[in-house]
Amino acid sequence: MKLDEKKPVEAEQQIANPAKADSQIDTEEIEAISPWKDSLKQLRKNRFALVGLIIILFFIILGIVAPLLTSYTYEEQDLVNRLQPPSSEHWMGTDDLGRDIFTRVAYGARVSLQVGFFAVTGALVFGTLLGIIAGYFGRWVDMIISRIFDILLAFPSILLAIAIVAILGASLQNALIAIAIINIPIFGRLVRSKVISLREEEYIMAARAQGMKNGRIILHHILPNSIAPIIVQSTLGFGTAILEAAALGFLGLGAQPPTPEWGQMLASSREFIQLAPWTLIMPGLSIMLVVLGFNLIGDGLRDALDPKMKN
Amino acid sequence: MFSYIIRRLLMLIPVLVGMTLITFSIVHLIPGNPAQVILGETATQTAIEDLEESMGLNEPYVVQYGLYVKDLLQGDLGTSLRSKADISTEIWPYIAATFELTFFAMIFAIFIGVNAGIISAWKQNSWFDFLAMLFALIGVSMPVFWLALMEQWIFAQELGWFPAYGREDSRDPIAPITYFYVLDSLIHLDFARTVTVLKHLVLPSIALGTIPMAIIARMTRSSMLEVMKSDYIRTVRAKGSGQFLVIYKHALKNATIPVLTVIGLQTGVLLGGAILTETIFSWPGIGRYVFEAINYRDYPVIQSGILVIAFIFVLINLVVDVLYKIIDPRINY
Repeated sequence: MKLDEKKPVEAEQQIANPAKADSQIDTEEIEAISPWKDSLKQLRKNRFALVGLIIILFFIILGIVAPLLTSYTYEEQDLVNRLQPPSSEHWMGTDDLGRDIFTRVAYGARVSLQVGFFAVTGALVFGTLLGIIAGYFGRWVDMIISRIFDILLAFPSILLAIAIVAILGASLQNALIAIAIINIPIFGRLVRSKVISLREEEYIMAARAQGMKNGRIILHHILPNSIAPIIVQSTLGFGTAILEAAALGFLGLGAQPPTPEWGQMLASSREFIQLAPWTLIMPGLSIMLVVLGFNLIGDGLRDALDPKMKN
Repeated sequence: MFSYIIRRLLMLIPVLVGMTLITFSIVHLIPGNPAQVILGETATQTAIEDLEESMGLNEPYVVQYGLYVKDLLQGDLGTSLRSKADISTEIWPYIAATFELTFFAMIFAIFIGVNAGIISAWKQNSWFDFLAMLFALIGVSMPVFWLALMEQWIFAQELGWFPAYGREDSRDPIAPITYFYVLDSLIHLDFARTVTVLKHLVLPSIALGTIPMAIIARMTRSSMLEVMKSDYIRTVRAKGSGQFLVIYKHALKNATIPVLTVIGLQTGVLLGGAILTETIFSWPGIGRYVFEAINYRDYPVIQSGILVIAFIFVLINLVVDVLYKIIDPRINY
């Protein structure tokens, strides 16, 4: 239906502007453009995605060069100068133990980005593996794996994370494991549906007819063709994972003091909201900006990698 | 239709069994002896043995799980270790508090979200569209707990417009009937109290409703844009209907389906987000009930609280799926 609608429009454009259509054929269409290059071109044109990329790069650099930007350490207490408002000595003020908030926010970028990275990688690896097994082998294997996904998705995600942390005990590492687990079914379902649609493709049958082994078909044909949605989900998942880690930290179920984790910083400054509201602004704003950055890139990637969006 | 509902209910069975397996294992997956963990390190040997006896921890796992499910089917959610009360009777006021909060959060999210989405689609690429979508992007990325803290700071502390904590004026508690305080105050014909209760609802509802609002706005916009291009909208236009009628009567109806899915999914997100919102606003809901139980190692409450929330979530998704079918009979499963 949609394809039919599109064709006359393109034809009309060519009639309306024959010169332009001709020149396009001469230059662009003959030169072979790989789909990846094409997507990259689409992505570059997306200003929102660019803003997202700048935000994320900013926080990555902030995390890396944190020791160079400040003369304080994130756990150094200075009880004389507690709850100081922002000044030239303490750009963002100090917290209830006299620690420099800017230093803690900068080091916090390390913690949050690392949590996001490891949680997404864990979910990605196990989710993709389970998704491929379920989708490729079908039948009872698919039945069992899909039901497990259904059950995990039947819990609101943060609640499941809380349950897992309640079992394992509160620590940053356990929060990371919990976040990885709750994201496994999201990747798993995505990959499974992609594999199922690919499995019946002619080139897969051809590969099988040639006597190719399952492992080789999966690795060389199925996986490369399902990579686009996985990339998008990983980017968006990065933001969600950081948000979830901060939420667990805020509830006291994630990073423990004195780790400079943004959610945990908010929790420990909460009681000083009247006395020193500046202690709450920067950690929260940082969480929001990082998540926003990943969401912008994720949305941009989705548009760039989705062939339906191209025109 | 009827056979569809039956099929959908049958599909629930494995999910429900899986859910009970997970909540059942919470106690058994704790490293070490559960009774020891629950009672703390200073517990005497007899106290541990008593607790093991009362929780049935000495039986084989299969027998324990069987007893657990049998109790659940009889509506017995266990006994709280902290308050020594029956969880199934104790839990209702907390559920009601969470329902009231999520209800108002959802009203806020749907009203603002749907309308912002419609206007954005209607005036595509205008400054309103741009601003609304920018706000929606920020809203999607918002840490609920931070938004809640900022609200408390600005609207409760600095401006003093709304109360920062609780469901009601704690010096003058309501005589609860249904535990939905808005409803209760109306039953008592105590309208001054209704206003107080509503005022307490404002900040937490906005905090909780912001993410769903942003997602609903984006979803409404994109599905409206798609519908507005369709043939039947062109036909309605050709009949000479006014823009308002075209949008709110014809287009919105057809754009509802994706929006409805999002609303269904977001209700689950709200139930999860309620834990954070309730902690900050001292809202005595089920999220805070579970969270406090974690601090007190009250494992029966943790188990049952999580099970109840997940059960509600599953029910909401069931209702959404059925509504789907009613709104759009073209959908076939």
